Amino acid sequence: MSAKQPFEAIVAAHGPVILRVCRAVLGWADADDAWSETFLAALRAYPELPGDANIEAWLVTIAHRKAIDATRAAARRAVPVADLPERPTADGPGQRDLDLHSSLVALPRKQREAVAYHYLAGLPYAEVAAITGGSAEAARKSASDGIARLRRTYPGPGRNGGSS
Amino acid sequence: MTTHNQQQHPGLPGTVPVTDMELRALHDRLAERAEASGLLDVAYRTIDTPVGTLLLAATPAGLVRVAYASEGHDAVLAALAARISPRILNAPRRLDGAARELDEYFAGARRIFDLPLDLRLATGFRRAVLRQLPAIGYGHTASYAAVAAAAGSPRAIRAVGTACATNPLPVVVPCHRVIRSDGTPGRYLGGSAAKQMLLNLEAA
Repeated sequence: MSAKQPFEAIVAAHGPVILRVCRAVLGWADADDAWSETFLAALRAYPELPGDANIEAWLVTIAHRKAIDATRAAARRAVPVADLPERPTADGPGQRDLDLHSSLVALPRKQREAVAYHYLAGLPYAEVAAITGGSAEAARKSASDGIARLRRTYPGPGRNGGSS
Repeated sequence: MTTHNQQQHPGLPGTVPVTDMELRALHDRLAERAEASGLLDVAYRTIDTPVGTLLLAATPAGLVRVAYASEGHDAVLAALAARISPRILNAPRRLDGAARELDEYFAGARRIFDLPLDLRLATGFRRAVLRQLPAIGYGHTASYAAVAAAAGSPRAIRAVGTACATNPLPVVVPCHRVIRSDGTPGRYLGGSAAKQMLLNLEAA
């Protein structure tokens, strides 16, 4: 048995990144639940995790599976609506973040995942490919296509004016 | 409200900020779900007391560790991860009872702790010694020799000293009431000043 750090330290170190990944892949509304499911599953499996495992890649792998679960569950309960409801902005993210966020969520799933896992979680393309399937080269292409599309669709900092 | 500014990657314009408040809410919900799912092997919190910040940790069986700041709380948690389980979260709710009783004790309003204790960190003779200590009443003291005799090994005076020095539940299991035969307080894992403070508190 190798010495493991208390799980609390894992949550503190990786909680923010995993929340960003969940928001990028799933959208704001479903991210909290996916985050909770991810860390609960991780807590369950943690004692058996090899001591030399890459914890961030392990967590992103779990988050990826939970995001797929969430997407399937959402598809099962989906009801067509004429208009998307207004998203409240009080206490929520600023307009700029929402713009980036909606740009991210508008990407095709493969691109969204590649961008989130590579650029937000910082995983190398080989790790990204191990999680999403396909080759490292395909993951690199998806991420770069995603970034190119984000550059076109995201207004970018400064456009909305105002200092934060 | 602070945000975690992640590394700004040149390829990704701006990012999705995550606030401490959001993370705290998610953390607390995780702790609740972990407890409800039976996955929280060790819950902990800290409390501020006249003898400094104490770390309190509990398993489902009971209070398993009380640690002085001088022991290094991070080191204590790492040791709990190795000895008991790494499924450890800062989850104050399980420690509500212990925190309340310790607050009452330090306010002079409690003489006996009425808490489920998990003594798994003490084995053999050390555990036998710890079981004897609550018999030394509030405001009283006993010598290491007397405790050795009470534990059934009158010659094991040094071993009693070791049991006290490695008591996983100081304050609650009152090793501070064990003093030298000459009446001086003797050593204490929380420091001799803390020992004297507890003895003074109980003498008041």
